[in-house]
Amino acid sequence: MFPRPIQQASAPAQTAYKTLLPISLILWLLPLIAVAVFSIKPASDFTQGNYWGMPGSFELFNNYGQVFFNSDMPRYMLNSVLITVPTVIGAVALSAMAGFALGIYKFRSNIWVFFMFVAGNFVPFQILMVPVRDLTLDMGLYNTKTGLVLFHIAFQTGFCTLFMRNFIRALPFPLIEAARVEGVAEWRIFWFVVLPLMKPALAALAVLIFTFIWNDYFWAIVLTQGPDAQPVTAGITSFNAQYRAAYHLMSAGSIVAALPPVLMFFLMQKHFIAGLTLGAVK
Amino acid sequence: MTVTALPDTETPKRGWYKRNEIAVTPWLFLAPAILFFAVYVIIPIFQSFSISLYDWDGLGVARFIGMENYAELMDDSAFEVSLWNNLKWLIFYLLAIPAGLFIALFLNQTVTGIRIYKSLFFFPFVLSQVVVGLVFAWFYLPNEGLLSNMLRLVGLGPVNVLGDPTWATYGIIAAGLWPQTAYCMILYLTGLNAVDPEQVEAARLDGAKGWKMLWYVIIPQLKPATFIAFVVTIIGALRSFDLISIMTNGGPFGQTRVLSFYMFEKALSEYGFRMGYGAAIAVVLFLIMLVFIAYFLWSMYREERGGR
Repeated sequence: MFPRPIQQASAPAQTAYKTLLPISLILWLLPLIAVAVFSIKPASDFTQGNYWGMPGSFELFNNYGQVFFNSDMPRYMLNSVLITVPTVIGAVALSAMAGFALGIYKFRSNIWVFFMFVAGNFVPFQILMVPVRDLTLDMGLYNTKTGLVLFHIAFQTGFCTLFMRNFIRALPFPLIEAARVEGVAEWRIFWFVVLPLMKPALAALAVLIFTFIWNDYFWAIVLTQGPDAQPVTAGITSFNAQYRAAYHLMSAGSIVAALPPVLMFFLMQKHFIAGLTLGAVK
Repeated sequence: MTVTALPDTETPKRGWYKRNEIAVTPWLFLAPAILFFAVYVIIPIFQSFSISLYDWDGLGVARFIGMENYAELMDDSAFEVSLWNNLKWLIFYLLAIPAGLFIALFLNQTVTGIRIYKSLFFFPFVLSQVVVGLVFAWFYLPNEGLLSNMLRLVGLGPVNVLGDPTWATYGIIAAGLWPQTAYCMILYLTGLNAVDPEQVEAARLDGAKGWKMLWYVIIPQLKPATFIAFVVTIIGALRSFDLISIMTNGGPFGQTRVLSFYMFEKALSEYGFRMGYGAAIAVVLFLIMLVFIAYFLWSMYREERGGR
């Protein structure tokens, strides 16, 4: 193990390490802690210049109540859910199939199809902006959740296929051969043999794509406008315009907007990290 | 399936599918993904190339003007600023890799509660860039911000990071480094887990420790993690948009623009709908990225051949 386990170090060094840990964590999360404190302060604190002192009063329920019941935030949140969930399902389904095809079958163009997905996934998405916006307008899907979902599914398929294909490659191939010898149809091999083994990959991707799509901002402002279709990342900017300089409300709004992926991460940590490391680093 | 389209030839056709099942199945499985990907990703790349040769406002008739958009880029000082800023992003964003490694080494211990520490250190990555941008914009506020207040404690005057044309870009990059470092940290933590303990012990017996151990024994074993960290950091640097849009909106005086932001501004914002010009900027960004994409794919290709 590297570095050398702290238990082997001298007693003072151990104590130093154990005190350094929480201090460094607080420093690391300082900007975030500040926002959390902001979000429970009363408005009067900011008008009186009490930015960093103790909260004048405890306004957690008032501030968050304002966000939930007195703004468009719930609508934006709902939009985000309605955009994110179908995208996750679509991207995972498409890429499970594509990953199966690329991971199991040997055909000449296999690696090129695979590289097309990988390369497309690396593309700076600004180069897609004008044509995709145009296409969405032509299909009459501009400013709809469907338009956003279709694009997200397509784009995320690149990353997901990369992940799925690598995962399926690592599965024991004799299993598939055995099934073939038994005369099992190919699609049944996919459904009954491979898919059950892919559960960890499916979970990892689902969690990861959820976070990516929830946090997307660029496509949200390119393909939608207004509270009918915009997700919460774009909504938070109009929310902030509405409550300019009301730091307590803007902070509460930001925290609410950030919460779902944070919860997802803490609940599904293992899968999340497996997804992030692309399964390449075990 | 098309095999049952003509009933009278059903038996031989079915036989054809059965005989070619192994060859046909992968394409059936690939079809939906390829269709989506082609329509929304592959074809638009080429369309952007073609749009960049036109003068087009997105609504009216597009007028072919050849390379004029590119010629205009050459004299566009805002484009030059964006290009330089992209370079700054590329260079300084890479700091996330050593920083992530450093934190990973710091946290790679087994004391009580270390798992919670690890996840809390990773926390910033889960936040949306929009929220990161807001949080840091408030952190940098000239008078009320936490940064200015902390500087005041050590006797330094308040600073207006985001209002200063020289420092604003660095301020935004610093904000971007926060989640990116967290990502690199988690990559290295997983990588450190897989380091071969026997090699470490053997090196220890040979008297290696500290920096030498890290450089000659540990880092070579972390190569896969470093590769992924490098890939995601380069991509992140070239895609940077959200933070700039939220924190400065390109200002002050357009000094924090990068190509991706400038492109958006030209094509879609109130400065006019110049789709062709925007597409030309995007093409330049794409070509820069292509250098890296080619390198990534080449590395992966070598790995594939070394593999199965």
